[in-house]
Amino acid sequence: MQKKNQTQKKKDYQKYVEQKAPKPKYVRNCIWAFLVGGAICTIGQFVHNNVEDLLGLTHLAATNVTTLVMIGLGAFFTGIGVYDKLGKLAGAGSIVPITGFANSIVSPAMEFKREGFVFGVAARMFNLAGPVLVYGITSSVIVGLIYYLIYN
Amino acid sequence: MTYLNAFIVGGLICVIGQLLMDGTKLTPSHVLVIFVTSGVILTAIGVYEPLVKVGGAGATVPLPGFGYALAKGVFKGVKENGLLGAFTGGVEATSGGITAAVVFGYLMAILFTPKSKL
Repeated sequence: MQKKNQTQKKKDYQKYVEQKAPKPKYVRNCIWAFLVGGAICTIGQFVHNNVEDLLGLTHLAATNVTTLVMIGLGAFFTGIGVYDKLGKLAGAGSIVPITGFANSIVSPAMEFKREGFVFGVAARMFNLAGPVLVYGITSSVIVGLIYYLIYN
Repeated sequence: MTYLNAFIVGGLICVIGQLLMDGTKLTPSHVLVIFVTSGVILTAIGVYEPLVKVGGAGATVPLPGFGYALAKGVFKGVKENGLLGAFTGGVEATSGGITAAVVFGYLMAILFTPKSKL
């Protein structure tokens, strides 16, 4: 009897906790993500247009250079501490653009500097960026192999 | 007009990411991996290219755009170099980004120290 009572109490408590736990503010988060993500992409469009015109590159090559510039910007603004403040508000708006990829490299690298420049900075840089490259490059090679088989 | 399109398309892709993060138990790392991989696959089946035509940098700057560049590079590589291109094309097309990530990432981490948490 006592035991049954206790399990019931536990269940009630769990329900109570679930009710009290803060629910994510979907609308507010989405609006911030939209605005900040859109703004970063607009900056990217500005870079892309200028690179394409000034250097006379193809679309794919201009994309490559734009990515280079955006990653440089993302790394710099992470370094001076601005990007993480933005990230608290913007959520996915600052994570999903390629500048967030740069942020995910610089943040842990700075954080673990005290563990040394090899095992700290250099090893930790790719904590998050590593999986992105592993899955991105591997899936692209698979797609390439399939394309090769069809193309020939 | 291209700027407005970039803003809207880029913003919407980020909203999808936000919904995945808030609505499921996926961490940001999982979302990023899913986005890159789906960028490669969507490009391969021809869905992502029209989005790039409309959205420009709005489609190429978010992480699925990185997958797009990888896949486009691989296609170009296969056309030019055959089988070898399947291995060299992807990184070739994203060489700027990958090198920038390594070099700028390292430099900034050396130059700056983390700001104290507020």
